[in-house]
Amino acid sequence: MLQRALHNLDRRLRTAGESAAAHPDWKDRAAAIRRETLLDLDGWLDRLEHSLVARGVHVHRASTPADARRVVVELAQARGARTVVKSKSMATEEIDLGNALEDAGLTSVETDLGEYIVQLAGERPSHMITPAIHKTLPQIRDVLAKEAGTDLAVDREALTAWARDRLRGEFLRADIGITGVNFAAADTGTLVLVTNEGNGRFCTTLPRVHIAVMPVEKVIPRLADAGILLPLLTTHATGQALSNYVTMISGPRRAGEVDGPDELHVVFLDNRRRTLLGTRYEEMLACIRCGACLNVCPVYRNVSGHAYDSVYSGPMGKVLTPLLSGGTEGADLPYGSTLCHACSDACPVKIPLGDMILALRADVPDPHSGARRRRRIFWTVWARAWSTPSGYRLTTALGRVSRGRVPGLQAWTSTRELPRPARESFRDRWAKEHA
Amino acid sequence: MPKVALFVTCVADQVFPDTAAATVRVLEAAGAEVVFPAAQTCCGQPAITAGEPAAAARLAHHHLDVFGALDAGEIDAIVAPSGSCTAMVCHHYPALLAERRTEAEALAARTFELTQYLVDVLGVVDIGARLDTTVTVHDACHGLRNLGLGHETRRLVEGAGATLVEMTEPDTCCGFGGVFSFGFPEVSTRLADSKLGHAAGTSARYLVSGDLACLMHLDGRRRKVGPGTVPQPIHIADLLASGLPPKR
Ligand code: SF4
Repeated sequence: MLQRALHNLDRRLRTAGESAAAHPDWKDRAAAIRRETLLDLDGWLDRLEHSLVARGVHVHRASTPADARRVVVELAQARGARTVVKSKSMATEEIDLGNALEDAGLTSVETDLGEYIVQLAGERPSHMITPAIHKTLPQIRDVLAKEAGTDLAVDREALTAWARDRLRGEFLRADIGITGVNFAAADTGTLVLVTNEGNGRFCTTLPRVHIAVMPVEKVIPRLADAGILLPLLTTHATGQALSNYVTMISGPRRAGEVDGPDELHVVFLDNRRRTLLGTRYEEMLACIRCGACLNVCPVYRNVSGHAYDSVYSGPMGKVLTPLLSGGTEGADLPYGSTLCHACSDACPVKIPLGDMILALRADVPDPHSGARRRRRIFWTVWARAWSTPSGYRLTTALGRVSRGRVPGLQAWTSTRELPRPARESFRDRWAKEHA
Repeated sequence: MPKVALFVTCVADQVFPDTAAATVRVLEAAGAEVVFPAAQTCCGQPAITAGEPAAAARLAHHHLDVFGALDAGEIDAIVAPSGSCTAMVCHHYPALLAERRTEAEALAARTFELTQYLVDVLGVVDIGARLDTTVTVHDACHGLRNLGLGHETRRLVEGAGATLVEMTEPDTCCGFGGVFSFGFPEVSTRLADSKLGHAAGTSARYLVSGDLACLMHLDGRRRKVGPGTVPQPIHIADLLASGLPPKR
């Protein structure tokens, strides 16, 4: 089911990819913009803060997820808020904001349809762009019918209509709207938000207060850069030339304006991101969360997002999860890759994901340190032996004598035959023929 | 006559010597003279994928010592019957051997995968092999994405007169992935099944690829469950050599 859903998405993306291929330099330009930003991330953040403040926006800097949660919860409590509506945002998933708000006694409602379904089911999103892609239509009906307390038809339109109706009420009731940010332009202080259901626009205009949680790398130097990055994001995310809604927010409601919040807060979230600057993993901060690397990943397509047991899944999750947790989470994720590099090829901002996954196998501190030590000893001995022709000859001769019956092959041989070493190696054959 | 040093790879040397011999025959048929540097062992790829770059670097130094010492005026190219091992040298060595970067880059510049050397360097698509059969191609990942290969194998297959039948998603990974095939055997096996299913859909006689590791994985699965209608996995060198006239 998941594979078919992803296959359909893949077909749409391939078509979009072909239209993007009409502009082969877009990826290069996007990659250049992102790297330009990373060269002076702190500088661009200062400029962004300056522009935001000039527009009457409150800026908060949070270095850890706990800091970010505290900022948001305190803002909510100080305003006596009871209900919060959220639009889909990986940053708020990353800091587990929904649970923090519930713990503080607030009601937090996800308003992206897929995210709403996942929240009602008590699950986590399995895909960044399409959070409920792991669920079938009848399963979705069951989740929504339970919430509705009545029977609902297994019908796409009818289910969506019911959810839309229900969510309208939530939007009107909510005291605070919480969103992420797709891009934030340093020159103009504009927050750019991409959605397909219009829920983001409700979250940013109806409630009295809008809080945007923005991981630090979302800053872009100029609003004009969105001209390249936006279409690249949407073609790689959903195959659309542009998403249904692109919202550009430049401050809270001003005198004479009919809608918009009274207060706008932006939380800059670091969470170890700035420690990646200047390392071989710096480019990971160029990520625009399009999900293309997930869609092309043979492993992701096979196991779905939940198997990763982390907020970020797929190839980008294998890199980001251990890096953002300092190795305390997802230390094993880099091994769950065939290193096929399909992700590196798909990435619209040219992040060498395959190479990073490989490098992380050595760089992430291992939680099972005993196993790591044994591994190191094995490969060190192996390298000693095989870095001399005589050592290579000796060990391979032993392999031939044992006919390949060495321990530890069970994981392979239970589902696949394993060929045995040949009776005569090529080098021996060559030596005989050229004696 | 171009002179080629064979970078045999440890897998071909120890497990598939016939494929190594076929590689020599194919290169000779294309007009090259082949030498075999006897001190070579392994490029170090298994260690780097296991997460041990220091061990890998030790092998890489040895490989660079052996092949880097070959006189560039005498040896025109170093050729391997593997996209993956070639990618280890061309894609990973310059960073892995940072203190010998210039040497490593020079080595990378004259190391080629077999089909790449035949088609892109020598410009040969017909080596004189004649094949009356049907073939489908699996694009092995490292050749495809680290070296940019793709059309070379297809042109050689057609150059030998065989009929090429493309499978669905020829460029999707077969699920081998080195240590991945041991660490995640279920997913690895499911990916092999999916690849074999796509290959069977073509009704071709052979499933050809340029990497022995992928072929070992695919053939291992095929033999475990019974061949059914799945094409026989075969290395491009073995396929081409089978169509050459018998050696005098
Ligand atoms: S790593 Fe690249 S492909 Fe993956 S989500 Fe980020 S931008 Fe998209």
